[in-house]
Amino acid sequence: MLETALPKLVVAPSFVVMIIFIYGFILWTLYISMTKSTFLPTYDFVGLVQYAKLWRIERWWVACRNLLVYGGLFIVLCTTFGLLLAIFLDQKIRIEGALRTIYLYPLALSFVVTGTAWKWILNPGLGIERLVREMGWTSFTFDWLVTSEMSIYCVVIAAVWQSTGFVMAMFLAGLRGIDDSIIKAAQVDGAGLRRIYWKIIIPSLRPVFFSSFIILTHIAIKSFDLVVVLTRGGPGYSSDLPATFMYAYAFTRGRLAMGAASAMIMFAMVMAIIVPYLYSELRRKRHA
Amino acid sequence: MRGKRILTGVATVLAICVATTVAWAGEVEVLHWWTSGGEAAAVQQLQKMLNTEGHTWKDFAVAGGAGANAMTALKSRAVSGNPPTAAQVKGPQIQEWADLGVLTNLDDVAKAETWEKLVPEVVADIMKADGKWVAVPVNVHRINWMWCNPMVFQKAGAIYPQTWDEFFAACEKIQKAGLIPVAFGGQPWQEATAWESIVSGVGGPEFYKQTMIQADEKALASPKMVEVFEIFRKIKKYTDRNAPGRDWNLATAMVIRGEAGMQFMGDWAKGEFTAAGKVPGQDYDALTVPGTADAFLFNVDSFIMFEVKDADAKKAQKAMARLILSPDFQVVFNVNKGSIPVRSGISEDPFDAVAVKSMADFMATAKSGGLMPSMAHEMAVSPAVRGAMFDVVTNFYNSDMSPQDAARKLAAAVKEAKM
Repeated sequence: MLETALPKLVVAPSFVVMIIFIYGFILWTLYISMTKSTFLPTYDFVGLVQYAKLWRIERWWVACRNLLVYGGLFIVLCTTFGLLLAIFLDQKIRIEGALRTIYLYPLALSFVVTGTAWKWILNPGLGIERLVREMGWTSFTFDWLVTSEMSIYCVVIAAVWQSTGFVMAMFLAGLRGIDDSIIKAAQVDGAGLRRIYWKIIIPSLRPVFFSSFIILTHIAIKSFDLVVVLTRGGPGYSSDLPATFMYAYAFTRGRLAMGAASAMIMFAMVMAIIVPYLYSELRRKRHA
Repeated sequence: MRGKRILTGVATVLAICVATTVAWAGEVEVLHWWTSGGEAAAVQQLQKMLNTEGHTWKDFAVAGGAGANAMTALKSRAVSGNPPTAAQVKGPQIQEWADLGVLTNLDDVAKAETWEKLVPEVVADIMKADGKWVAVPVNVHRINWMWCNPMVFQKAGAIYPQTWDEFFAACEKIQKAGLIPVAFGGQPWQEATAWESIVSGVGGPEFYKQTMIQADEKALASPKMVEVFEIFRKIKKYTDRNAPGRDWNLATAMVIRGEAGMQFMGDWAKGEFTAAGKVPGQDYDALTVPGTADAFLFNVDSFIMFEVKDADAKKAQKAMARLILSPDFQVVFNVNKGSIPVRSGISEDPFDAVAVKSMADFMATAKSGGLMPSMAHEMAVSPAVRGAMFDVVTNFYNSDMSPQDAARKLAAAVKEAKM
């Protein structure tokens, strides 16, 4: 009796806390988003007015478009570079341990540190542009950070630099888990190296792709600190993301309901991507 | 034996002393975000003054985010029914707190201290809700200043501008001399700080009141506003390309070092010059932004006072309100912070030349009607409307939007935010 009850008893407090502080507050945010709350929450129900208003705000569209650009590039680049690095490191090279540490190190930094460092590196008057110009190439220009159209790509560069090592580590673990005998058998059958990677190794890394996709997606959607430190959403609001938009509206402009509405849209975005993916992956597992 | 008796006697006397102290001393818990060097020293003076009156001060300082973090802390305390005694809240937000019915009435202190006579009406109106004092003003910052380096002007053969034409002529000369005419920090609040000075300089006080205080949509979309945006765009030509994202004090440093000629900034920029050992009238000059000589855009910090139940705490709260506007505190605080006193009847002696000029203009514009609250610094319109204005201004400045579109979008965004 106790043996069956004990595990449940131990898990119960954290379960209750989760129910209240995650799911409870998601519902609360949903309700607030349908009120006229200004700088403090009020509970007068007005329906979907805030959502209708939200989609008429130009800044919100900019934030959503930026998320698309940033999220897409971030996931694709991190996965590509992470996989390539992992494959290279897996070639039984001499100082693998040291290299692995070097690539993994950015992960030890917080996004705030990354953002500050890249802010200086990418600043035309301090960083790369100045360096190249001082070396003699005086017409060299690299001013993405101060250009409205390009600033979001600076955020991509910094984020990819930070997260690639982590993805690499995941793929490396995946590569080490592949049964050597399958590869040997393929070699005996006369398959070339490229063919072995393309047909055997990468497909068998499928679960790793799955985990890294899930992790990178939620990092992208909740990205906040990196933008705040690197560009402050600027120039203007050209590198705003939904998370920074939400913060501005809910906490500095006294438009709590609008902030809540944008938070719910972000929540829906995560759901729209994660749920189908999770569903298809889990169903596959059950069938297998 | 006798020794013991004396000891008991002393202990009794001590106990009575302590008991009486406790009986009339109250505690004030004060939420503020003055945590950096000069500001922290300035606010500590208030703490000391309260202590000498026997009250205790419980510091509730929340740093960061230009007060945004402090406001979040305040909201959560207020929602849970446990607000502090006083909190640093300014501008129209005072009204929003008053509307919740949580603020206390300070009319008795105001009457005893004759605040009505000491504080200009425009400022007093912001401190009142339904005609009752609910907040105490602390200090005044002037926004429409332009900080100039005379050496740069000399080198370029330019003269200090009074009008916008002269301003752009000076810019041309400074640029030809190979220097940066305008030191600029490309952050929305800095852009808005320069922009609202232009609104006042181009449109005059009436136009400023219509657009920045009443947020009248017709005035916001008017040809006058198009003109404002045209000048704002033209200024961008005279800034350097590394301006986006730059902090205001780094821009000030460019003027101090003689790399740039001018900067639009409120009078807290003076602190940077002073810290660098520069003397006003010699190493730098503070001019009013072209066209705003008889205007004074103000940023007034203030404390709102919450309704407290405890009688002693109430006494301490009233003492705090009285002390804030006392001449002693006004001098010591404002000298430390680099601002000017918010009340009349303060000696000019302890203040520097820039502050003395500010103090004279403050009183003069209070009479002439040129004394107006700053939009960029949360004095004039609600945070929602202010945010809408910021978005349009910063988007205009950082894109190739036409001035006509900007004025139209400004009116539309303000209309949306008001709903």
